Amino acid sequence: MQTGLSFLKSFGVTMRRFFESYVDDAKWFFKGGFGMRYSAEALPTRQSPTEGRGIFVVQYPKERLPLPERYRGFPMLLYDEDPAQLRCVACGMCARVCPPQCIWIERATDPETGKALRAPASFHIDIGICMSCGFCAEFCPFDAIKMDNNYEIALFQGGDAFLFDKEKLSRPTSHHAEIHPTAYAEELASKKK
Amino acid sequence: MTIQATHETLKAKFPDAIQDAHAPYTGLIVDRDHLVAVATALRDELGFRYLSSVTGVDYPAATDGLPPRFEAVYHFYQSEGGPLVLHVHADRENPTVPSLTPLFPSADFQEREAWDLMGIRFEGHPDLRRILLWEGYAGHPLQKGFQEVYYEADTKPFDSRWPEGAPVRAESRVPLGRNLRYPADFSMQGWCPTDDPWGYIAHDQVADLKDTAHPTDRVVLNMGPHHPSTHGVLRLLVTLEGETIKKLEPVVGFLHRCHDKIGERNTWLGNMPYTDRLDYVCSMSNNLGYAVAVEKLLDVKVPERAEYIRVIMAEFTRFINHIIDIGFTGNDLGIYFTAMLMGMEERELIVDLFERVSGSRMMCNYMRFGGVAHDMTADDVAYARQLAFERLPQAIDKVDQFFTNNEVFKQRSINVGVLPAETAIAYGCTGPLLRASGVPYDIRRAEPYSIYDSFDFDVVTRQNGDVYDRYMVRLEEMRQSVRILQQALNRLPDGPIMDGKPKGLIKVPAGEAYGRIEAPKGELGFYLVSEGGNNPYRYHVRSPSFVNLGALEEMCKGYLIADTVIILASVDITLGEVDR
Repeated sequence: MQTGLSFLKSFGVTMRRFFESYVDDAKWFFKGGFGMRYSAEALPTRQSPTEGRGIFVVQYPKERLPLPERYRGFPMLLYDEDPAQLRCVACGMCARVCPPQCIWIERATDPETGKALRAPASFHIDIGICMSCGFCAEFCPFDAIKMDNNYEIALFQGGDAFLFDKEKLSRPTSHHAEIHPTAYAEELASKKK
Repeated sequence: MTIQATHETLKAKFPDAIQDAHAPYTGLIVDRDHLVAVATALRDELGFRYLSSVTGVDYPAATDGLPPRFEAVYHFYQSEGGPLVLHVHADRENPTVPSLTPLFPSADFQEREAWDLMGIRFEGHPDLRRILLWEGYAGHPLQKGFQEVYYEADTKPFDSRWPEGAPVRAESRVPLGRNLRYPADFSMQGWCPTDDPWGYIAHDQVADLKDTAHPTDRVVLNMGPHHPSTHGVLRLLVTLEGETIKKLEPVVGFLHRCHDKIGERNTWLGNMPYTDRLDYVCSMSNNLGYAVAVEKLLDVKVPERAEYIRVIMAEFTRFINHIIDIGFTGNDLGIYFTAMLMGMEERELIVDLFERVSGSRMMCNYMRFGGVAHDMTADDVAYARQLAFERLPQAIDKVDQFFTNNEVFKQRSINVGVLPAETAIAYGCTGPLLRASGVPYDIRRAEPYSIYDSFDFDVVTRQNGDVYDRYMVRLEEMRQSVRILQQALNRLPDGPIMDGKPKGLIKVPAGEAYGRIEAPKGELGFYLVSEGGNNPYRYHVRSPSFVNLGALEEMCKGYLIADTVIILASVDITLGEVDR
């Protein structure tokens, strides 16, 4: 029978949500006044699969979701202390596994003997082509290339502006330790062995 | 009857026409003049009624004592068992193979694709036009000698990257230079695809349109390519009489990037992140399908924990896909955003989990050959348990409450877009589309991959094959997915997640493999040929969206133009996978 009552029931799902959002607003208001709902303190509760009620949206860019440790942004090259001394030894592993082939490495040579050195003379990544797959970081045998977690790299120019060189790609190891604490601890542990 | 026994039966029946494929290839080589007879026998006498995949392979050099040739490769299945692989050889100068479209309508789009990309001409095909590329395109890109616009070398990794890598932007290599080819006497200004500029000719020939009781003019209508209900860039060419659909033709290819060719240039593992981009809603399933296919060639053992994690990810993906599709169905019906955002919310929570384990929300790139890339931490498992045991069952109930008895939804969906079981099988439909027509065919049951045989779940079917039943199948499948998830999370064992250390560049033993999984949209198959090198020799994706779209006309004929939108939503396509 087409009574129209089930339609009301469906509408109830929407209405419940509508009222829930006000109830949730009120709940946060009594906890901490206006603005409490959109504070850093409330965010984990609002986004929790079990406790979240009311409006689910995050007010980006005022609010940001915390990034998980494994988040893959774009590659960065690590140096320990001196920015000129990259960890990279120019073995070329990342350039070979890179699926869209957006890594260019020029190996440095000794100016006197002409022998290849264990360092890159130049290192370029075309961030405009990079697909953030993370293979370069995953297969680097020297932990020299890692995935940064910066995702706000949009520019007004195109083309060569996205061709990042060594200077633009290099980050201190402390940055890696900060954004990837677990992975960094594991690396240290495996080195000690 | 086993496949081997079927081979013997066929060989006894057609003694002159059939021989075994040379190892490491599998299946039978069929003489092309007997192909139609063999296929008829397969369908009518041996029960292989489902033609899953049709594709072509180019062998420009003589191999295994066989001359240079094109090969058309067919994969047949019956309700339990398969694949039965047929190879048909065609000479390289003028490759022709008889068409199987009159026997198996599922071959229609796939033969057109093989003609378009590989250049094999299927004789007897009712409408052999290009399908993914434009009509004036010169050449067939999957032929081995073909070089695309930004061609650099045949296979990756390119030598120019290391050790003397000087960056060159592909665009700077002049897109209009030597790599770009136009047909002879082509002029950019004056070009017009002569015989059928907009694909209307077939529509002019639609006969018996006049309904004498209600004389109406015939209208040919273009729906799309930019129509919000087409879920992407899809053009539907519709012949209407009044508001009734008389003929409908999907025109696809707007998002075509020749995934197959990219795949053949790539290294084996390099294809993994590209599969994410096929069906961008279900990247975990695509990863799984590709990993399953390559593992057939590699012969690696996936550790148990990795198998469980794979199943967990695949079932979460199925949940996402179904809830999003139901939401979009609501959207297309004019319920506006309520239902879709309900789905989006659950999806957000699940992609949060994907981001935690794999590092990316949509382009997960998570599976590796022989395992998965990262382990699930205890936190991730706890989060997944919250979802599977508390959140998602409630979400399904909410969707159920919203849609199932809603009179507006029922009015619009019951007895709309009916697809009878026989037609669905003939058109090669898979997934919820097929099961809603009453065919209990689920690859997780019919040919269990990974560890699906150890889980307790039902294959959901409904009998009517209309839009409402497809919705009901999806709803119930979400419940079954949650059931599998709960079992998997309860039993998740400890242990390694990879078979050995992951390697970036691998060599795969020579041979061919067809790996298929039950992706959320249907059968996702990867046909791979290896010659033992770093790169696939042939890499073909049999995508469920593409093949299911072939049955759209059958579903829409006789219904109103307004129903097309909801029927299309119930087929559930992703254009990234249709166009590849």
